[in-house]
Amino acid sequence: MASKFLLVAQREYLTRVRKKAFIVLTLAVPLLLAGFGVFVAKIASSDNDTTDVVEVRDDSGLNVASRLVSTPQLRFETAAGTLAEAKKGFQKAKHDGLVYLPAGLDVEKPTGVQFFGKGNISLKKQLAVENALNKAFSELKMQKSGLSQEQLDRLRSKVDLQAISLDETGKEANSNALATSGMSYALALAIYLFIFIYGVQIMRGVGEEKSSRIMEVMLSSVKPFDLMMGKIMGIAAVGLTQFLMWGLLSFGASSVLLPLVTKDDQPKTEVAATPASASGAAAASDDEPRSAAATFDKNMQQGTKQANPASRLNIFETLANLPLGTILFGFIVYFLGGYLLYGALFGAVGAAVDDQTDTQQFMMPITMPLILSYIVGVSVILRNPDGPVAFWMSMIPFTSPIAMVIRLPFGVPAWQLALSIFLLILGFIGTVWVAARIYRVGILMYGKKVTYKELGKWMFYKG
Amino acid sequence: MEAIDVRKAYANHVALSGVSLAIPEGSIFGLLGPNGAGKTSLIRIITQITGADEGEIRFRGERLNPAHIAEIGYLPEERGLYKKMKVGEQLLYLAQLRGLSRSDATARIKQWLNRFEIKEWAGKNVEDLSKGMQQKVQFIATVLHEPKLIILDEPFSGFDPINANLLKDEILRLKQEGASIIFSTHRMESVEEMCDHIALINRSRKVLDGPVGLIRDQFKTNTYEVEGKGKLMVVHPDFEVLEQKERENGHFYARVQLHAGVRPNDLLRYLIGAVEVEAFREKIPSINEIFIRRVRETMPETLVEETVN
Repeated sequence: MASKFLLVAQREYLTRVRKKAFIVLTLAVPLLLAGFGVFVAKIASSDNDTTDVVEVRDDSGLNVASRLVSTPQLRFETAAGTLAEAKKGFQKAKHDGLVYLPAGLDVEKPTGVQFFGKGNISLKKQLAVENALNKAFSELKMQKSGLSQEQLDRLRSKVDLQAISLDETGKEANSNALATSGMSYALALAIYLFIFIYGVQIMRGVGEEKSSRIMEVMLSSVKPFDLMMGKIMGIAAVGLTQFLMWGLLSFGASSVLLPLVTKDDQPKTEVAATPASASGAAAASDDEPRSAAATFDKNMQQGTKQANPASRLNIFETLANLPLGTILFGFIVYFLGGYLLYGALFGAVGAAVDDQTDTQQFMMPITMPLILSYIVGVSVILRNPDGPVAFWMSMIPFTSPIAMVIRLPFGVPAWQLALSIFLLILGFIGTVWVAARIYRVGILMYGKKVTYKELGKWMFYKG
Repeated sequence: MEAIDVRKAYANHVALSGVSLAIPEGSIFGLLGPNGAGKTSLIRIITQITGADEGEIRFRGERLNPAHIAEIGYLPEERGLYKKMKVGEQLLYLAQLRGLSRSDATARIKQWLNRFEIKEWAGKNVEDLSKGMQQKVQFIATVLHEPKLIILDEPFSGFDPINANLLKDEILRLKQEGASIIFSTHRMESVEEMCDHIALINRSRKVLDGPVGLIRDQFKTNTYEVEGKGKLMVVHPDFEVLEQKERENGHFYARVQLHAGVRPNDLLRYLIGAVEVEAFREKIPSINEIFIRRVRETMPETLVEETVN
């Protein structure tokens, strides 16, 4: 009865899509997302756009002031006059601070350097100044040990690390761990959210049919299996519509709104902002905590400086170098497989209980593997996509939809992918079978408190 | 439609044990019995919601199969519609599920809504309707695809007297158009005047079935009710007064049973000589009485509980 299945799916789809809540949500979420993006971009850019001006009163005679390197965020200006004059002067000039280098400063052991600020001095500013001073003094020390100015200039050059991944065939590809992880994360989150949101909708839909007592009418014209699958598919279509709309609208809204906020014609996108913080965090790990913060901050500045077309190109290049075909194929397979597998179970739970409040005890065993695979996926598999945890979780059908998509962008051996998909298909046939049996009995069962033992019995009921 | 030796057992009780029925085409068939007797189980088997463990259902000589869904209309005891759906769309959906094409369904919905004078409801959500209105909509949904067999489970519960009469008229009209109708109810008196055939079910077993007139004849006890003025002689060799009640102003009411071979006219002749007869009629047993008698004869152990229902 393929046509009835379609009719059911069509009804599920149309009634949901026409609901006000759906329309509101579909429109509101991208706006919120875009708004949030704009908000973050605004903060990030305002943070970077303002330049702190710090005056330097250098009495040390070591010519430190000239070695302090100004960045777009922090500019050093030499202050004239005595310390007392300089103190008054920087406040009048509405500058942000004054660094005082006292006379007789020892290059080997620079103590007594003071930093005056208007009001409280932020940690970030202090660290930036400290960082610049550290650099200046280490240069001084190096010069003392015999390096020429020219050599120092050469030393100053910054290293831009480019990671290159070699695959089995020896082909080189730009690898940007961050872009790859980001992709994994996004895919996993999409599947996780989709299964969760729409799985619960299936459950509530079945519950609604049950409590409105329309089941008997429906069942006298439709097979329970068609009814269940029609519902699952109809809701899947609703979800896909919503995700697609979100995707398109978010993209549209962001591309309209973002350029408006970022003043310079070089929009600082979120993608560009992320590598900075992450690489900073990575670099920070081997330092002691306090200086870790300094490193982080330094990286923050470098990162934003890095947000030039070249580095963004690198990210896109990385994304383009990922096995996109495989990822897309895998994503669709695991997306649908995972949704069907969990959707059927959610449907069965909806059928088994009378009261929405009773669903909790049956929800647990369904949501546990889902939540677990997400948490473990993001914390363990993302760090070690080829480890044993990753392997086993990407084989078990209940966890593979999330575990495997996390691994996909990092490259997965073909046999593992094939085996995992095979197991997933077996898994969802299994759960659909079990769910259909629970469903068939459950939907006509009223006023009975259901236990797991009872559910077990239902599976073996005849016709 | 025919049911042949149908059995159905659930995990801890037997719902139907060897029930056979024949429902003649174009008749109104009363499936009667107390709550829990197995009526709904039988209906669910006929509507293919569940299957029988043993035995089979034949529909016009054919074994029941999914193609028959389009020929059967079912109004369950538990009424229900999608609350958030508009009346018109809901009817269309249900009709399409029963195999009606979109255009046919639309035309018929219009016709039915006109007939029940509820055209203006088509655009309303079901949850905004009163219970009685929902019942009407549900009835329309049941018969929209012009089924050959209409099964109505407790059809009059929830209807007010006016709408119940409207429904009765519609049912009779459908019968005229050739549909067979199954009434299932435990309130036997509510349908006995409409049914041509009945079957009585108790405790998963059929206790009695056949045309209503025949059954009544079979269970007649040759008892007559007499009302009049005067005083009835109590002892007579040809008949026995079962009950006599004094009424005001010297009137009386009595139930008199004739002995075998005695004709009603004999009693009447005797009565005319003795009292002033105002009413004289045969006492016809109600289906309810027949049911209780029949159960008492066949399975007396179940009776105590059943009469409570």
